[in-house]
Amino acid sequence: MSSESFLFQAFIYLAAAVVAVPIAKRLGLGSVLGYLLAGIAIGPFGLRLVGAEGQDVMHFAEFGVVMMLFVVGLELEPALLWRLRAPILGLGGLQVLLTVLAVAGVALALGMSWQVALAIGMILAPSSTAIVLQSLAEKGVLKTEGGQSSFAVLLFQDIAVIPMLAFFPLLATAPHAAEGDAGHAAEATTLVGGMPGWAQTLAVLGAVAAVILAGRFLVRPALRAVAAARLRELFTAAALLLVIGIALLMTAVGLSPALGTFLAGVVLANSEYRHELESDIDPFKGLLLGLFFIAVGASVDFALILAQPLLIAGLVLAIIALKFAVLFGLSRVFKLSLDQGLLFAFALPQVGEFAFVLCSFANQQGVLDTAITSPIVAAVAISMALTPLLLIINERLVQPRFGTRQGQPRADDAIDEQSPVIIAGFGSFGSTVGRMLRANGVSATVLDIDSDRVDLLRRMGLKVYYGDASRYDLLETAGAGEARVLVLALDSPEKTLELVHTARTHFPHLTIIARSFDWPDTHALYAAGVSHVYREDIDTAVRSGVDVMRLLGAHGYTTRRAAQAFLRHEEAALRELTGPSGDKAGYISMARERIEALERQMRADRESPDLERDAGWDADSLREEVRSMPAPAT
Amino acid sequence: MLMTKMLILFAHPALDKSRIHRRLIRAVPELSGITVHDLYDTYPDFDIDVAREQELLLSHDLIILQHPFYWYSTPAIIKQWEDLVLEHGWAYGAQGTALRGKRLLSLISTGGPADAYRRDGYNRFTMRDLLAPIEQTAYLCGMEYLPPYLIQGTHRMDEAEIEREVGRYRQLLSLLHAGRIDLEAARGQASLNLALDKLIGQEVPE
Repeated sequence: MSSESFLFQAFIYLAAAVVAVPIAKRLGLGSVLGYLLAGIAIGPFGLRLVGAEGQDVMHFAEFGVVMMLFVVGLELEPALLWRLRAPILGLGGLQVLLTVLAVAGVALALGMSWQVALAIGMILAPSSTAIVLQSLAEKGVLKTEGGQSSFAVLLFQDIAVIPMLAFFPLLATAPHAAEGDAGHAAEATTLVGGMPGWAQTLAVLGAVAAVILAGRFLVRPALRAVAAARLRELFTAAALLLVIGIALLMTAVGLSPALGTFLAGVVLANSEYRHELESDIDPFKGLLLGLFFIAVGASVDFALILAQPLLIAGLVLAIIALKFAVLFGLSRVFKLSLDQGLLFAFALPQVGEFAFVLCSFANQQGVLDTAITSPIVAAVAISMALTPLLLIINERLVQPRFGTRQGQPRADDAIDEQSPVIIAGFGSFGSTVGRMLRANGVSATVLDIDSDRVDLLRRMGLKVYYGDASRYDLLETAGAGEARVLVLALDSPEKTLELVHTARTHFPHLTIIARSFDWPDTHALYAAGVSHVYREDIDTAVRSGVDVMRLLGAHGYTTRRAAQAFLRHEEAALRELTGPSGDKAGYISMARERIEALERQMRADRESPDLERDAGWDADSLREEVRSMPAPAT
Repeated sequence: MLMTKMLILFAHPALDKSRIHRRLIRAVPELSGITVHDLYDTYPDFDIDVAREQELLLSHDLIILQHPFYWYSTPAIIKQWEDLVLEHGWAYGAQGTALRGKRLLSLISTGGPADAYRRDGYNRFTMRDLLAPIEQTAYLCGMEYLPPYLIQGTHRMDEAEIEREVGRYRQLLSLLHAGRIDLEAARGQASLNLALDKLIGQEVPE
């Protein structure tokens, strides 16, 4: 492909996404359906802007699924994964087993051989990780019980695909079709394909161990070194390198790359770079997934559908009904509440993208012929396209009957460790705020740009993450959407102002608590609309003044009142006095201007009525009144 | 002879403006067994050290609450002190016996004259009426609440009168310290001032 035609292709895909997705979202259909419709629109049966290369694009874009599982892994700490072991093995295992058996049973009843029936069962059992996770995340239900169960099943399916690939050749009844171009999943293409069984097993275990050990001991120091360079794109490059490297390793030993990166994500979920990695990978993941959905849309074979509309429609309905029945039954067995069980069953009844791979693999291995796989591929694509619609039906028509509040976070928040407070900057100021909050049971998510400090603090058990807090996306991943208070304790006034503007633009609900340094930047923060500004040395300076007064013999409470009055006066004067003309939000740094500010300050001290104290305890006026009256007769 | 250990819990929020109490508190006799404890000086943030306060109470027999009379009550910090220090299970309640048998004395200045604090005066209640909450507090803690010692009509006092009050205050503390005021006889009286006057009348002032 020449670079020109590549750019043209990119233009078509991006334009389709940019046009279709906002419309779909506006209509409440979700982005996945938007991408799918965009794909249909530009595909061979729409505007014919893309053609046969759709399949290649899909293979390329499947890497988005790999990235998605990395991000999912990052959000899933090992302890949580361990807690999910029962749903993964139990729910996931039974879903695959029962679906395979049910589909195979139907196929047998239709008179197919048991080998063909079993192959079809295995093709239809997995669901679409990409579509389901994206849709559930978009609806905000990924962390609900139904969402977690869906995730567990998808994870098991990803694992189950590997033995399926190994099992397929054993089902071959016809001689092998053309050997060779077996797609990215075929075993023959892996490095270990030619080895004996025990060596393959060893290689697989070694690769998994390598990912875990590297994630624990190698990746963090490496990322720290990269972070120390303080080049943002370098960190992005490192994050991509990590994901691609793991994907290559996994493919080399014949494991699912998605599974490998998921594992790496879990290992790194406890690391300080979690939010940074997440926000770096996220745009790539999103774009590739979008591309993948478009490719799925473009690959829907309308010619075939129009040739046998009843067969395809019946096939789609039968697949969805059967998978739905198995899922819903399992949700009852595993005691999900009815609404969560329905969410689970409505989320997973489609057939996943892996069916495309398995179908072509089955053709090559001579397990199935294209007369069987072609209608299946069409039905699979349609079932994927129907998923967002099924979820909408569930959300709009089914769930309201249960009075459930989908999309709201559940009370069980062990999974969702969102803090109400984000502290940006963990120097002496930020850390004192953080420690004070922590001592009182308030958890805070901390962002800091100094990788050495982050490392030290994490070794002491604090939830500290590396990253430049003035970045919108990092704030987002740190939970700024759900947090209530943002504490700005950065070392630089310029950065602080920048962050104020970012936060006020994207997260207007956040209350900002800002540390400032001197009069000019305090004033700039007020001018930027921050109402809680704390000059870093004002309290300690006033407290020193109090102690000086006490050492000189002043009464404790009198000095305390004097200090309070002075602080009040200070704040009032700051809010009142405007900066030099034209200076609204700018930061004054010139020495001469600082001296002018000091002069204004001292003039305000002299003229201020704020500093007159406590008339309530002063009986002067009362005494005068009493004395002006005649003494009462006794 | 056994000296009475006395704790003066003193509360004046604006001592630099005080005409009476600043003079009084400086005139406290330097006797072993008299402790002056300035609450507003010690706890400018109202952050009262409960353990320390309880220890002080335990090591004294006569507790004197000395303060100006603000809005028919004590200055705010004494209320804070009561709320925090007089804990259930320590000062009151089935297990709260720490203060049993101690005595509590209010030593109060009022701007208005004595006859304003009568049923027919403009304050409409007597000082004993108005001090009922403190008296009941003492009762619940098993302490004997003595008749209050009152310095009244301070708004009209001139320098000479203030000087005289300071002298009487010194004598009161000395006599209490020496156990020479007949507290049994004073029980039920409107104020401790009468008992002091009687003693001073009998004796040559120091």
